[in-house]
Amino acid sequence: MTSPAAAILGDTSSLAAEVWRVLTLRAGINTTTVLIGTTLLGIAGGVAGSFALLRKRALMSDALSHATLPGVALAFILAVVLGFEGRSLPWLLTGAALSGVLGVLTVHAIKRGTRLPEDAAIGAVLSVFFGAGIVLLSVIQTMQTGSQGGLKSFIYGQTAALQFADAALLGAIALLVIIGAVALLKELALICFDDSFARVGGWPVDLLDAVIMAGVVLVTVAGLHAVGLILVIAMLIVPAAAARLWTDRLRSMLLIAGVIGGVSGYLGSAVSAVLPRSPAGAVIVLTAGAIFLLSLIAAPRRGALAEAARRWRIAVSVTRDHLLRDLLERGPDRAHSRRTILRDLGNHPIIARLVLSSALRRGLVVRDNDALRLTQRGLIEARRLERNHQLWELYLITHADVAASHVDWSADAVEHVLSAELVRELERELARAGVDPPREHAA
Amino acid sequence: MIPTPIYQFISIDAPALLTAVAASVACGLLGSFLVLRRVSLMGDAISHAVLPGLVLAFLLTGTRAPLPMFLGAAAAAGLSVFLIELVRRLGRMESGAAMGVVFSVFFALGVLLIERAAARQVDLDPDCVLNGMLETIFWLPPQRWEELLTWSALADLPRQLWVAGGMAALTCLFIAAFFKELRLSSFDPGLSSALGFRAGALNAALMAFVAAATVASFEAVGSILVIAMLICPAATARLLTDRLSMHVALSGIIAALSAAAGYLLAAFGPRLLGSEHAVSAPGMIAVVCGASLAIAVLAAPRHGVIARLLRRADLAATIAREDALGWLYRRHEAGESAVTQQALRAALGHARPARRGLRSAIAQGEIAPLADDRLALTDRGRERAAQLIRAHRLWESYLVDQAGLRPDHVHDTATLLEHARDPRGPRLMPDGTGRLVDPHDQPIPPDLAATGIQRP
Repeated sequence: MTSPAAAILGDTSSLAAEVWRVLTLRAGINTTTVLIGTTLLGIAGGVAGSFALLRKRALMSDALSHATLPGVALAFILAVVLGFEGRSLPWLLTGAALSGVLGVLTVHAIKRGTRLPEDAAIGAVLSVFFGAGIVLLSVIQTMQTGSQGGLKSFIYGQTAALQFADAALLGAIALLVIIGAVALLKELALICFDDSFARVGGWPVDLLDAVIMAGVVLVTVAGLHAVGLILVIAMLIVPAAAARLWTDRLRSMLLIAGVIGGVSGYLGSAVSAVLPRSPAGAVIVLTAGAIFLLSLIAAPRRGALAEAARRWRIAVSVTRDHLLRDLLERGPDRAHSRRTILRDLGNHPIIARLVLSSALRRGLVVRDNDALRLTQRGLIEARRLERNHQLWELYLITHADVAASHVDWSADAVEHVLSAELVRELERELARAGVDPPREHAA
Repeated sequence: MIPTPIYQFISIDAPALLTAVAASVACGLLGSFLVLRRVSLMGDAISHAVLPGLVLAFLLTGTRAPLPMFLGAAAAAGLSVFLIELVRRLGRMESGAAMGVVFSVFFALGVLLIERAAARQVDLDPDCVLNGMLETIFWLPPQRWEELLTWSALADLPRQLWVAGGMAALTCLFIAAFFKELRLSSFDPGLSSALGFRAGALNAALMAFVAAATVASFEAVGSILVIAMLICPAATARLLTDRLSMHVALSGIIAALSAAAGYLLAAFGPRLLGSEHAVSAPGMIAVVCGASLAIAVLAAPRHGVIARLLRRADLAATIAREDALGWLYRRHEAGESAVTQQALRAALGHARPARRGLRSAIAQGEIAPLADDRLALTDRGRERAAQLIRAHRLWESYLVDQAGLRPDHVHDTATLLEHARDPRGPRLMPDGTGRLVDPHDQPIPPDLAATGIQRP
């Protein structure tokens, strides 16, 4: 027991210790190679998938990966007929890549040459190619020479069976994708954000699109054997989609997607190496799915929590405005019963209380025992709101034709969001129409 | 007595065949709306996402009883549709990415659950989900013809056939009852909502039917076939017709025919080739579906690739014919009433449309070959050429006067515009009232057929 981790974990949890041993790359050459291979694959999937996502091609990988199956089966049949070993991985993967690319080209041809929309083209290609693959697999099953043996693993994946050479191969492919993305970062960024500008600027947009697709093909083909053709879609889409939630910058998105993919590959295959009967592909994808879920909840701007907080802030500020106007209408010089005011706000009592405390904190309202009164600042704010309300109402009355697109914002809803510029514009507009805008209250 | 081969067919092949046809019809009918609404891949997503529901139901109840499996799959399908919408809205993502995230993670969960189940010596084959179990569907009817169609014999029909048939019937009813609403909300969801038909509710009902059809078809035919049937027949029909009622009907018919043809090919095709083993029927049906789509893509009467290429070639030949007339007319103006074939060919180029155009001009009696291998306009040809030149010179005038272009910049544009026609026939050209010469001081031929000419 020299390792500190083992000392900490002790014998209480041999499983955790085992996972730790795998994670620290001390679980034998084969497991370690698989771990490094799937980590690299995860990084490559995150990077290539990010470009595909930004080019709105996320589901192209769906068509692509399903379309690899007939290629795998045909390569196997061809090898058996020609009389050499059919199960050599590079040979099968070459078949997979060829038929996958054929599937993608078919989607493009259908989309360009007919009136069918892209989603129908993708669906048709993936189901028909996959059906053809299933037919070929059933043919192989009846062939005298070889059982289809390992071929089914291309559908569901079989990381445990990954040999050293196979893992090294997929690691090398993944490395190639990562290097390619780094080398062409500037050009790929350009077509992701403004492809017409890129075209006008003389960049070979179609070629660069083909480069992105090639990256997706490489990741798919490398992932086929390890995680299976259905789950490899997830390695391309999930990390990229999760990263998109965290950032609006391409470089950080690539970085985050790569990290999420890598961490999923690393943790997933480690857990799967230790836990019996847990297929690595599924565990990797579930890890990535958990990270995605976390991102969906906690991401700073697009997450559920951020969204809820935003709505909450708006609700509080609108209710605070109502409170101020209410106090103004009841008479700005007098104090009013706190209970009546809160009740008349019409919101949930807890919200009403929170709103009141936010108004107190901002010095808009003062509280004297059970009585509320507007402060000087509160009075100015309330008058500003009232004036905005009147401006908008007047605008709707005199300019209903001009304001046709705005007319469905009732004055009540709009008074909270009128910006200073819009207020000035309203004043100008009304002055032009010869209507006196409501008097501005002196501060 | 029923002869043995026929009895075998009735007992083994007919029930499986009918089940595949019924499942395909249900999916094909629904698919036409998915394709129109551009949500085809929802079928793909749902059929992958039901896997964990199936496995969980199986693990919880410990049986393959159809009802719990159905409920589990339906729950997973409903949850996945909900989550896809949630991810799309909350994460502000395109729907493709949202679908990809949700269905692949669901599928991963299903694969993991299957493996864990296998650890407990529970046999659940993931292949069944992809391939279905058509081969386990059979019927043991009485051995005599006259007893075949009695109630007691029919009651023995395999359950999968009843489920798929029931689903097909329900789907027909749903579409028949809500056809008007489905049509409106497919083409114009905004108008539909404004008129008081809730497009959202109808969309949810459609998705519920897709999920139900997926789940009902699963056990028999598997998910590949479901995806193929939701998309391919509808896509094929989309290329063959522009009317929705026709589209839905065609989609159902194509689905039924592909299912029947695919099944028969898979069951009996290999025997014709001398092999004893049948190949995967659902896979073969998907391939037949794909083949019918491929044929439609190439050969559909109006929207097919071949038809489009022919139309384009016709248009190119028409333009070349008109160019020939115009060129001869200008030579005539220059005082050369007949030119050699070589000169005309050199002017028109040697591409196929040019040759076709010249041939058709001669065939229509617009250009007459003279004895000494020269060509001249006939009276009729001159009349038509005059209209073309009139259009050209009026367009040039228009571009100079109205669009403010310089006179030396308008010839090429006018050469394109002179061919413009209203889809119903008359040539389009600007109003030429009172104009006698174009910006290059060349005479504008008079309007010979004053009635046939319209303003743009």
